Amino acid sequence: MPIIKADLELCQGYANCVMEAPKLFDISDDGVVVVLEEEFGEETRGRVEAAVRSCPVSALRIEE
Amino acid sequence: MSPKTVIVGGSVGGIRAAQALRSQGYVGEIVVIDAEPNVPYDKPPLSKGFLNGTIDFDRIQLISEKELSDSEIGLVLGQRAAAVDVSEKVVRLDGGHGVGYDDLVIATGVRARPSPWNASEGVHLLRTLDDAQSLKRDLLESGSVVVVGGGFIGAEVAATASRLGLSVSIVDPLAVPIGRILGDGVGERFIGLHHANGVATYFGTGVESISGSRGNLVVGLTNGIHLSGDIVVVGIGAVPNVEWLASSGLVLDNGVVCDEFLRAVGQANIYGIGDVARWHHPGLRRLVRVEHWTNAIEQAACVAANIVNPSNPVSYSPVPYVWSDQYDWKIQIAGETVDASSYSLVEDPANPNRFAAVYVDEAGLYSGIATVNWPRAMIQCRKLLETERDVAVPLALLRQMV
Repeated sequence: MPIIKADLELCQGYANCVMEAPKLFDISDDGVVVVLEEEFGEETRGRVEAAVRSCPVSALRIEE
Repeated sequence: MSPKTVIVGGSVGGIRAAQALRSQGYVGEIVVIDAEPNVPYDKPPLSKGFLNGTIDFDRIQLISEKELSDSEIGLVLGQRAAAVDVSEKVVRLDGGHGVGYDDLVIATGVRARPSPWNASEGVHLLRTLDDAQSLKRDLLESGSVVVVGGGFIGAEVAATASRLGLSVSIVDPLAVPIGRILGDGVGERFIGLHHANGVATYFGTGVESISGSRGNLVVGLTNGIHLSGDIVVVGIGAVPNVEWLASSGLVLDNGVVCDEFLRAVGQANIYGIGDVARWHHPGLRRLVRVEHWTNAIEQAACVAANIVNPSNPVSYSPVPYVWSDQYDWKIQIAGETVDASSYSLVEDPANPNRFAAVYVDEAGLYSGIATVNWPRAMIQCRKLLETERDVAVPLALLRQMV
């Protein structure tokens, strides 16, 4: 299964990913992304790709 | 024959539209045309991390060679679109070469409003990579800078220059420049932030003249004061790039005028996205044009969906979102704050550099949120904007968080 990888050094807490996929992402008290579900199925791919593209600092990627 | 989408403009809106088309199953040809010779890059860092040297060019590229070839996205760089023939469905490039399309996406963005004062060596605008590189070189060799324009770009440049050790002055005709966006009470905190970082503000006074040349520039203000600086940065807004569409017959009025589905009015196969698009916002029921990064990517996704599925188009009615980084403040704004009639502040007693302002509209309903150094509060309240109009709800949530 593909998984979501987040770079916590790059993340600035812009949270566009949370708006795209609230079931997969959240923002912690420290203001950085929390990946709620690392693995995702093909039916969710479009949403994950949209979340990756919505990150202003390219902190998210998909690992196949 | 397979269909073809031509996207004019290779900034974030254009590139994300190409990717969103593939993501949504578009099988036709995709070509992105851009006047700049540089590989597509992202603009927000140009006034922040790229300008202060903490982020290199390879970190601000919007798409890699591999992603382009994997997604079969064609790039035509260094070619300016000069016109579009709507009836022939052809984009004409400078030099006359024509590129045919089935669907056309207009994503040509805006350019920095030019300095109305005598522009000379050492007077900078900031919009493109070339602008940022040239300003960066000058900042590193200068001792002082006068920034004309106290909006977000001006404030970010002032913050970057002060961090680089320059002596900085900032000028704006408005007494409280950020007040226009967030209300005067909040805007005054941003003035305090300039002062706390040693930046001199000249707000409520206009610029009459700029004279001299690099190393010895003088900015004459309407109140009689003369400010000297080695360099000057002019950040006074932006102008939509629509001149190339003059002969197209498309409706142009402070941008490309689009319907609620982001289609250029009267056209079934031409779309506008990003800073250049002025569309009929179905929620606000008026034409709006938004120069925000997130708006461009959300419009890109909407247009991709409408190209793939034109018989069942989706309308575009976003919750606006924008951020700015100034000194050690991370500022995030969502929803409507400009037209909001009043706001309530929530402060964190444990952290004087953290607060939120919650905005209500004329009917007293929750309409917008601004936060400083508080990303978790922002996302909670930004999500609420999609469903909740009772302002007591975000206020209670914020008070619970401190």
